[in-house]
Amino acid sequence: MNEAELQAWVDGRLPPDRQAAVERYLADHPAEAARLQAYCEQNATLHALFDDLLDAEVPRKLVPPRPDASKPAWPRMAAMLVVAVGAGLIGGTAGWTLRGAGTESGGGLAASGASQALAALPRQAAIAHAVYTPEVKHPVEVGADQQQHLVAWLSKRLGKQLRPPQLARQGFELVGGRLLPGDNGPVAQFMYADTGGQRLTLYVSSGQKQNRDTGFRFAQEGNVGVFYWIDGSFGYALSAAVGKKELSQIANAVYEQLQP
Amino acid sequence: MQELHERLLACLPRLRRYARALTGDSASADDLVQDTVERGWSRIGQWRPDGDMRAWLFGIMHNLHIDQLRRAPPPCVELEDGDLPAAASTGSLDMRDLERALQQLPSAQREVLLLVALEEMRYEDVAAMLDIPIGTVMSRLSRARENLRRLMTGQAPAATLKVVK
Repeated sequence: MNEAELQAWVDGRLPPDRQAAVERYLADHPAEAARLQAYCEQNATLHALFDDLLDAEVPRKLVPPRPDASKPAWPRMAAMLVVAVGAGLIGGTAGWTLRGAGTESGGGLAASGASQALAALPRQAAIAHAVYTPEVKHPVEVGADQQQHLVAWLSKRLGKQLRPPQLARQGFELVGGRLLPGDNGPVAQFMYADTGGQRLTLYVSSGQKQNRDTGFRFAQEGNVGVFYWIDGSFGYALSAAVGKKELSQIANAVYEQLQP
Repeated sequence: MQELHERLLACLPRLRRYARALTGDSASADDLVQDTVERGWSRIGQWRPDGDMRAWLFGIMHNLHIDQLRRAPPPCVELEDGDLPAAASTGSLDMRDLERALQQLPSAQREVLLLVALEEMRYEDVAAMLDIPIGTVMSRLSRARENLRRLMTGQAPAATLKVVK
């Protein structure tokens, strides 16, 4: 009887005729029968020793991060953006409605993960920028002439002491601000203008759940450039239809002044 | 990706069981599983959808384990009489003794034995996974079982067997 067949008998891997042959052999060879019996017991003991791990809870550190099922495929995101821009979103009030529709068709957007919330920040800021900067009569709810009231009001609503940065050195003066709805809570928008009428908005969003700070990131939404970053539970986005380099210098100034 | 993630999660308990039996302690086992999952997940694109994901992950774990053994060979001492478990006088196997004896097997024997006896993989699949001839699988299996049996009954194991502490 060859050894490989005896091993296969232990593991129950023999065809019926060979299994019967091995068993006839073992009946005549008690020492061999005892040896193979010991191997069978090893198999059973191994299961008895280790099978509890099959039912044990798997430690969290062993689970790779789950891919975000609610995340729309990238081409779809791009398509949404093209539609939005094509419909005159940038620079048109129709954009507000479109944004609502876009969010809805996005399905799980509201319940989405942190990275997605981060990606949504510059888009929302650009849309708010596009909606309010063309306003001639009512670009802001509260003007810079009532700055103390403006700051107290927005600070109270966002739950954080806000200080609109001074951007005179960059050529921009505060026009005023307004309160906007955001996905996770109220949003403050401060608007600035230079002497040529170029407008700049700083979008301050509360309720960011990333729970981590980010460095500067840049997004181009139509003709609006956006520098954005997360600081604690607040997201900041600076939007203007100016070049990336100029906007980055302003963003640096804003960032510096926001530091406590 | 969601489906792949689910399939990978479904393999975790068996990866943990095998790693625990292979390494002999829970912490090393979970480290090995963690490395395996990270490498597997980062290369999930290389897994063929018609393949057996469990076998694929076990192959990754095998390679990682070999790498670990090469990097840091465990201290080996010659087997002494005092290290042998007491003879099983009643003939019934003591589970803890078997666990101890298992760790005294050379790693290559232990691996084959666990894949066959615990994972219940087919011999040809073990051969393919470890990239060794099936004859080598059978001889390692045979030697592993006999060495375990000798250790369990207090007999001197076959020559060249070392104790891994």
